[in-house]
Amino acid sequence: MLDQADGYMTADGRQIGPVVMEMKNITLRFGGVEAIKNISFDIREGEVRAIIGPNGAGKSSMLNVISGFYVPQDGQVLYKGVQRPQMRPYQVAQQGIARTFQNIALFEGMSVLDNVMTGRLTHMKTGMFSQALWKGRAEKEETANREVAERIIDFLEIQAIRKTPVARLPYGLKKRVELARALAAEPSLLLLDEPMAGMNVEEKEDMSRFILSMNDEFGTTIALIEHDMGVVMDLSDRVVVMDYGKKIGDGTPDEVRNNQAVIDAYLGVAHDE
Amino acid sequence: MFYREAGDFSTSYPEDSQTFPIRFDRYRYYLVLFVAIFVIPFTINDYWVNSIFLPFLIYAIAAIGLNILVGYCGQVSLGTGGFMAVGAYACYKLMTSFPEVSMLIHVLIAGLITAGVGVLFGLPSLRIKGFYLAVATLAAQFFLVWLFNRVPWFYNYSASGQISAPERTVFGIEVTGPNTEAWATYLFCLAFVIVSAVIARNLTRGAFGRKWMAIRDMDIAAEIIGVNPLMAKLSAFAVSSFFIGISGALFFAVYLGAVEVGEAFGITKSFTVLFMIIIGGLGSIFGSFAGAAFLVVLPVVLKLVGVDWLGWPTDIVAHLQLVIVGALIVIFLIAEPHGLAQLWRVAKEKLRLWPFPH
Repeated sequence: MLDQADGYMTADGRQIGPVVMEMKNITLRFGGVEAIKNISFDIREGEVRAIIGPNGAGKSSMLNVISGFYVPQDGQVLYKGVQRPQMRPYQVAQQGIARTFQNIALFEGMSVLDNVMTGRLTHMKTGMFSQALWKGRAEKEETANREVAERIIDFLEIQAIRKTPVARLPYGLKKRVELARALAAEPSLLLLDEPMAGMNVEEKEDMSRFILSMNDEFGTTIALIEHDMGVVMDLSDRVVVMDYGKKIGDGTPDEVRNNQAVIDAYLGVAHDE
Repeated sequence: MFYREAGDFSTSYPEDSQTFPIRFDRYRYYLVLFVAIFVIPFTINDYWVNSIFLPFLIYAIAAIGLNILVGYCGQVSLGTGGFMAVGAYACYKLMTSFPEVSMLIHVLIAGLITAGVGVLFGLPSLRIKGFYLAVATLAAQFFLVWLFNRVPWFYNYSASGQISAPERTVFGIEVTGPNTEAWATYLFCLAFVIVSAVIARNLTRGAFGRKWMAIRDMDIAAEIIGVNPLMAKLSAFAVSSFFIGISGALFFAVYLGAVEVGEAFGITKSFTVLFMIIIGGLGSIFGSFAGAAFLVVLPVVLKLVGVDWLGWPTDIVAHLQLVIVGALIVIFLIAEPHGLAQLWRVAKEKLRLWPFPH
C-alpha cells in the first residue's frame, strides 16, 4: 500500500500525495561522533510523519539537516523530486519549509501579531522605496499578508493576545505563537520539534487538535518529533524510529508498535501481572 | 480621563496599522506639525534657532538613523561621528563642485554616499556581534576622521584644513553661509526631519522593520523563517547611514558653517548620539526625538539656571552637565532600558485608566 508513487487514501479518508521530501543515505558526523548513520526515509504530501526515539538518537539533528542548519557529510536530500544543493537555512525557508524549535525561538521584543507577520516575510517582496512611501504597493501587500496572518491567529485561537508583547506570555501560549509563525508561512512542509514538550494534558490536547486540523484544513504536510507515545501513535500516519543515529523502524503506528527492535530500544514492554 | 480610546475602533487592517491608530494621538500629531510649520518659523529669532531648534532637528535625524541600526536591528555602532563626517565632506565637495545645484540635492546625495560607506563598514557585522562589532565601528570612526584630516583633496587644499560652507540656496532662498534667515534654515532642516521620520516609520512598521527586529531579537530564528541576514543587516546599515549622512551634511553646512573634522565629528559625537537613543528609547522613533530634545535642551536649561540665575561659574555648570548626563545614562540603563519612550508609553497606559484604575 505504501509504495504507491502517487499516493493513497488513509483509513479516515484523507488523501496522501506523492513524496515531497526524500532523505537518501544521510550520514552526519560531529568530529568523531556519528549523529546520523546512513538513514533514508521519505515524507509524503499531506501526511503527518513522526520521528521518535530515545534521547540522543539524532532526531533533532535530522530536523536540522532538513532545515539546512547542518550539512550532512554523506547522502542526498531530495525536495519535490529535485536534489537540493547545499543551502543556507533562509534559502530552505524560502523554498517553503517552516519549523518550530524545541526551545521556543520567538522574537521576544515584538508583539504576537508582529511575530506571526514575520512568518509572512518570505511572501513579501516590496522593495525599500515602495516601503518608504508606504501608500500604494507596500500598504496593499501589508494588508493582504495581514489577512493571512489573521486567519492563522483565528485558527490557533490567539486573537485576544494579538497585540501583547511575546515576552509577557506564558510558556504554553508561546508554543502556540511559534506554531502560528511557522504556519503563517503557508509551508509545504512543516517541521515541529517537540511541539508538546513541557505541556500539561489539556494543552497537549489543544495542540494535538491544532496539528490534526491544520493537516486537515490546510493540507499541511507535517513532520514532528515527540516523546509522548500516546500522542504520536494517535496523530501520525507513519513513524520513523531512530536509536543511536540508526533507523530501527519505519511504518504505520501499528507496525512500529509491534516491531521487536523498537520495543527493545524505546517502547519497552508492558509487564503482565 | 484625558486619554481615551474607548469607542475608537479600527474597521480595516490599514486603519489598524497606521502610525497613530488612536484618534487623540493623531490630532495631537497634526497639532504639533501645524505649530512646527506655521507658528514657530514666524516667532523664532537667531538665538532660538542656533541654540535649540537647529541642533535638535539635526540630532533628531542622526538619532533616528542610529536608532534604526542599534534599536531596531541590534547592531551596535560607535561610528556615528565618522559617518556624519562622511555626509559633511560629501556635501562640501558637492557644494564646491556644483555651485548652481540646489542644496536639497546636495544633502540627499551626501546621504546616499554615506549610505554606501555605511554598507562598506557594515560588512564585518556578518561575522562579529555585540562588543566586537562596536570596536569594528569604532575603527571606522577613527579611520574616517583620520582620512578627512590627512587627504587634502577632501578639504579642497585649504590652508587651515577646515571646510567652510559657501552660500547656497534652495528655491532661491539662502540656507547656508553667513547671511541666512533664521526661519529659512529652520524650515530647511524641519523638512528633512519630517521626511526622515516618516520614512523611518514606514520602513520600521513594515516588512523591513520586522526583518531588522527579527535579527535583533534572535538571529538564528530570523534565518529559519527566511530572513537573509546579510541583506537585513546591510540594509539597516544603509538606511541608518543615509540618515546619519544627511544629519552630518546639515550639521556642517547649515548649523556650524565651518568645521574641523576631529573637533566636530570626533568620538564624542558618536557617544552623544548613542546617549540620545539610550535616554530617548531604543527601537522607537519618538524616542529618537525625545532623546535629541533632552540632550539639546539640558545644557541650555542648566546654563540658564546655573549661570544666569544662581550665578555659578560657567565651567562648573559645564562639568555638572557631564555628571548629570553620565548619571542619567546609568539610571536609564538600570531602571528603564527602553528610555523616555517607554516612560511615555507607561504614562499613557496609566492615563487610560485614570482616575478609576479598576
